[in-house]
Amino acid sequence: MAYSDKVIDHYNNPRNVGALPKEDPNVGTGLVGAPECGDVMKLQIKVNEESGVIEEAKFKTFGCGSAIASSSLATEWVKGKTLAEALAIKNTDIVKELSLPPVKIHCSVLAEDAIKAAITDWKKKHDGK
Amino acid sequence: MVKLPIYMDNHATTPLDPRVLDAMMPYLTDHFGNAASRNHKFGWEAEQGVESARKEIATLIGADPREIVLTSGATESDNLAVKGVAWMYREKGDHIITCVTEHKAILDTCKHLEKDGFHITFLPVDSKGFVDLDDLKRAITDKTILISIMTANNEVGVVQDVKEIGRIARERGVLFHTDAVQAAGKIPFNVNEMNVDIASLSAHKVYGPKGVGALYVRRRNPRVLLTPIIDGGGHERGMRSGTLNVPGIVGFGKAAQIAREDLARESAEMFRLREKLRTTLERELDEVYINGDLHKRLPGNLNMSFAYVEGESLLMGINDIAVSSGSACTSASLEPSYVLKALGVGEDLAHTSIRFGIGRFNTEEEVDYVANRVIEVVRRLRELSPLYEMAKEGIDIKSVHWATETN
Repeated sequence: MAYSDKVIDHYNNPRNVGALPKEDPNVGTGLVGAPECGDVMKLQIKVNEESGVIEEAKFKTFGCGSAIASSSLATEWVKGKTLAEALAIKNTDIVKELSLPPVKIHCSVLAEDAIKAAITDWKKKHDGK
Repeated sequence: MVKLPIYMDNHATTPLDPRVLDAMMPYLTDHFGNAASRNHKFGWEAEQGVESARKEIATLIGADPREIVLTSGATESDNLAVKGVAWMYREKGDHIITCVTEHKAILDTCKHLEKDGFHITFLPVDSKGFVDLDDLKRAITDKTILISIMTANNEVGVVQDVKEIGRIARERGVLFHTDAVQAAGKIPFNVNEMNVDIASLSAHKVYGPKGVGALYVRRRNPRVLLTPIIDGGGHERGMRSGTLNVPGIVGFGKAAQIAREDLARESAEMFRLREKLRTTLERELDEVYINGDLHKRLPGNLNMSFAYVEGESLLMGINDIAVSSGSACTSASLEPSYVLKALGVGEDLAHTSIRFGIGRFNTEEEVDYVANRVIEVVRRLRELSPLYEMAKEGIDIKSVHWATETN
């Protein structure tokens, strides 16, 4: 299967790899997928409490090149966005940007889920206060 | 310096040996005759080429040339063996025994026969990849007409105890077929010593051309009869009609001759290179697992799981090396390897498996290069892997509740 140049670029130079402290109240962590399915994404966001803007994003992904690229792209896109703006990112945007073939669409779905899961986690921490 | 890309997927196919091409060339040019033309020189030349090749193929497996039926490849050979026995002996019985790790050419043929009213037993394998011989004995009934168990597996390279399976079959008066595609020419394989009645062979797995195979069909003790699956001019003693692929067959003969003459030296060299690859990877990387038994295994096969690194992403990282993966992402079906599943390899580890197939033309420099690249990419991808991070934090991945409904 041939990969698009953008997928290859993200695979070779993944953006924002790493981890943020899970316990930090301003950090939201999303962990989606399952090892048996061959894809696990962990996406973390750090949100500025005042502005509600995502200041930092990190990811780690177990999965194929398209899964790695989708989550790498997702971290790039959420950075600098408000939570509402980040929630508006659709998997179809990722498909388009990375030219994912139909068989890899689930990678983009997983990336969208990871963004949502991270935001949900952040909100949970804050509603709890 | 190694020349890139490196081909190390020799279970899928092997490159054509230049000596084989040389042998074929006259039959692609001047000697173009039809081997069935009995009344002119063109036909005689072609027939002579075919018959000396048939002799070489027979010699490779310790058979008589008259026991070799030439086919279009191993898939046809497997179909002819299983369907041919099923339809020929259906008055005698309707039960066939095979095994879950067989090639699809056997499994799908058996499933087809199931729809036609035959009963099929798919024997399981243990975690090393072996059929339990007691299971086999218990599965045989007075309706059993065929046991079909492959000699060496194409994914994990595990070599079954064919001799003993053949002995059991013979003792119970059941015909025994083995798919010997990966084994013949790589390890000693003799149809008489191993009590084999029918065996499938392929040219392109032994540095011959694609599109040519053979089926060994025993002539004596017992004499095996097959109902043909292709009807026509009655070639190949009526078992396989169709004009013979003369250049392909000549190439197969040459390939068989080279494989036989070099077998001892070559298999020792494959083994040495395989062991170098294995020990280097095991020394430099933690949490790598060999799939299938290490000892009763094809010398050139290494099937290894690299925990926490998905197979397709690993292949993408070593894109100057041709190997294959048991990961779902590399298959059309999106299912991880059924062979690894049958061995009880968890789906998580099946997704991380890579099959290295070392062949005649691989060099030590190539093996070193492959080892280094794999080590480098596995390390890089583990830095990227949330599972590796969790494992290092002491979290048991299996205890995590994974939300799998996202798809």
